[in-house]
This record gives sequence, structure tokens and C-alpha cells, in this order.
Amino acid sequence: MATLQVELVAVERKIWSGEATMVIARTTEGELGVLPGHAPLLGQLAEGGVVTIRTDSGEDVIVAAHGGFLSVTERGVSILAETAEISGDIDVERAREALRRAEEDGDDPEALNAARRAQSRLRAAGETA
Amino acid sequence: MAASLRALRRRIRSTQSTKKIFSAQELIAGARIVRAQARVEASKPYAREITRVLSALASSASLDHPLLTERQNPQRAAVLVITSDRGFAGSYNVNVLRRTEELLSLLRKEGKEPVLYVVGRKGETYYSFRDREMAETFTGFSEQPHYEDAQEVGSALIDVFTAGADDEDGGAGADNVLGVDELHIVYTEFRSLLAQVPVAKRMAPLEVEEVEEFDYEAEDRAAGRAGDSGVPTSYEFEPSAEGLLDALLPKYITTRIYAAMLEAAASESASRRRAMKSASDNAEELAKNLSRQANQARQAEITQEISEIVGGSEALVSSGSGD
Repeated sequence: MATLQVELVAVERKIWSGEATMVIARTTEGELGVLPGHAPLLGQLAEGGVVTIRTDSGEDVIVAAHGGFLSVTERGVSILAETAEISGDIDVERAREALRRAEEDGDDPEALNAARRAQSRLRAAGETA
Repeated sequence: MAASLRALRRRIRSTQSTKKIFSAQELIAGARIVRAQARVEASKPYAREITRVLSALASSASLDHPLLTERQNPQRAAVLVITSDRGFAGSYNVNVLRRTEELLSLLRKEGKEPVLYVVGRKGETYYSFRDREMAETFTGFSEQPHYEDAQEVGSALIDVFTAGADDEDGGAGADNVLGVDELHIVYTEFRSLLAQVPVAKRMAPLEVEEVEEFDYEAEDRAAGRAGDSGVPTSYEFEPSAEGLLDALLPKYITTRIYAAMLEAAASESASRRRAMKSASDNAEELAKNLSRQANQARQAEITQEISEIVGGSEALVSSGSGD
């Protein structure tokens, strides 16, 4: 079966790379699934989005990616994010705490940003945000 | 004599304890270089990917984005200087600041007024001591910069650059904010453990720069996929190519600032280790010389005591025989 070569890189380090059968992400235009052989594409990921990578062993790698881009070429898929966390590494308590604090801070853009970041982390961890 | 011996011993003790400090600093800096180099390496995949995405975009979108176009008649230029927070790093800061002065006088010669943005406490003190105006300073992270720090610096610079778009003849334009028309950065490039070179680069209006040469064609050939290279890939864009460029370019600039900060941090530690190494060598040399002097003084003291005793007893003998 054809597979995709997926690279997930954050600014400070490479988070994940490997073979996958499908990548599901949400761009600013809408939800999107990438299968092997997809046409070349550049997309901006929606804020607070979650990226799902289905590996060739059938497992799902769920990632909270913030401030990112998706690039699909014939070589594979690369996901660029300013910050990214794999669901297993997410500290749910801390994310909740961050969300609560951000919501208390009200409407300034920084707090909204923080709130979105916390929401995407919670969603990636499988919690309701 | 006894007093000078005591003074010498005191100096030996103090030299030895400063030597301990120097060698501890040397070890710390050594460990930091390794970590800083690892972080430079870790940041490369992102830099490479974003460069690739941007090159792909550049071939598809029309390139009249404000961050890419040369402004007519540039008046002001922002200069970002990356120095260290702490001293004890040999000529590290001096070299960066000297390179900055060169750039500043070059800019002035071209008729542009430089505006200073300084990272690091050492640069801050240098300019405030000389009563030079700084637009903004950022301190507290020179040794271990994080991406958030680069974001803070980057957004300040991009804001002031965007504000400069409508400036006319030295006055602020429609938005009443005096902006700049060019962005420059001065930092220390980490070439090797022995060579760190201060460099000045222009960030905006920007030319997309290969962060690291990477031969994709060779990779394709190795994978047996020859044939499809050479033809530019036509991408689909979500949202439009222009929208993507808007979102990507500021991130690209921030990435370059971040890369510069990481290199500067590695250079700082390398410089510091070298400076501390020679300082502890010097301290050892000094302690050796001082202990030689101290031994000599001790010997001289003993000799003198003996000759005093001998002299004294001889005087007693001769005075006794005189009776």
C-alpha cells in the first residue's frame, strides 16, 4: 500500500516523522484529509487546530498544532507549526488551567490566542474544551 | 619581611579561589555550547521546510508583498544587535558592537537614519553609557533564547517596518507612526568552536535565503524518482497564495531572528569558554610565580634568622672573652 512520508516539525525541534496512510487536518478553509497521491497543496492550518496522522500500523497520532502550515508534495506531507504537542505528552490539567486563566484575562488578543492554544491541546488529548 | 610573606600567601589564596571560579565558568560554558549546538541543529528542519514552502509560494504568487518590495527612497533603517547579557566572554560583545558601528556608519553614508534595537544587557549598557538612543531593548534570554523571545523581537520589528510603508520625507505618514524602511540584523555566526564571526545581514525587504543547501534532486535520484524534477510543481493553495504569503513572511522573518539568536548563543558560550580557559591558565601561572616568590621570602626569612642567631651568639662569645 502506498504511504505518505510525514514530517511534523515545530520551530524548536522535530516532533514526529514517519510513514502514514492518511493525514487529517483543518485549514482555514475547512477540514481536509490527505491520502497518498494527493495533489501538491499548501495550506494554512486553522488556529487551535488538531492534526491527526494515521500511521501505517493503523494507530492515530493526534497532535495539537498551533500557528502552522501544511505542505503536500509528491514527496510527502510536512506540517510546520510554531508549537506542537503530541496527545500523549499533553498535560490535561495544565491545559485546563491555562484555558481558565486565558478566559479570565478577557478579550485582549494575547489571551484569545492562549485560549485557542489551550483548546487545541485539550481537543488533541481527547477532552472536551 | 614577615609582612610581605603574609601578603604573598594571601594573594596566592585569592588567585587560587578566582581560578576555581574561572574553571567552573569554563565548564559551564562548555556544557552550554553542546546544548546550544544541539538546539541549532533541532531548529534546522523547520527552517528548511519553511524555506521550501516559501520558495514554492514565490514561484506561484505575485511577489508584491510589502515585506518583499524595495522601498523607494528609504529614510530610516532598523538595526537589531544581538549581544550577551553577561560579561566574561572575552571579545564577543566588542566584536559585535564594532561590526554594528560599521553598519551604522555605512547606513548613514547612504543617507538612512539608523534606529537601534538591542538584545542583551551588554549592548544596552554600551549604548546607554554613550547616550545613544535605542528604540527598544530586550534582555534576559541571550544564553538560552526561546522561540517566544524571537517572536517578541520579531513582532516589534515587523510592526515598525509595516508602519514605515506610508512615511513621507522624514515625517510620519497617515498612521502617525514613524516606521522604518529596512530591517538589518547583526549577530555572531558560529562557524566552529574556534571561529565566531560577527555578521550583518538585511532581513527586510527580504530575499528568501537558503538556510541550508539541500539537494532534493539528488534525493530523488537516489529514490529512483528521476524525471519529475525540473518542472515546477503547481500547488493548490488554501487560502489564496497571497493570503498564505501574508501569514508566512512574518513567520519566516521570526524564524531567521530565532536562528540568529541561537547562533549567537552558541557563539557566546564558545567565546566565554575560551576567555575563561585563558583566565584560569593565567591564574595558575600567577599562583605558580607567587608561590615561588613566597618560598624565596620564607627562605630569606630563615636565613636571616639564622644569621641573627649566629651573629648574636658570636657577639656574646666575643663580649664574654673580653671580660
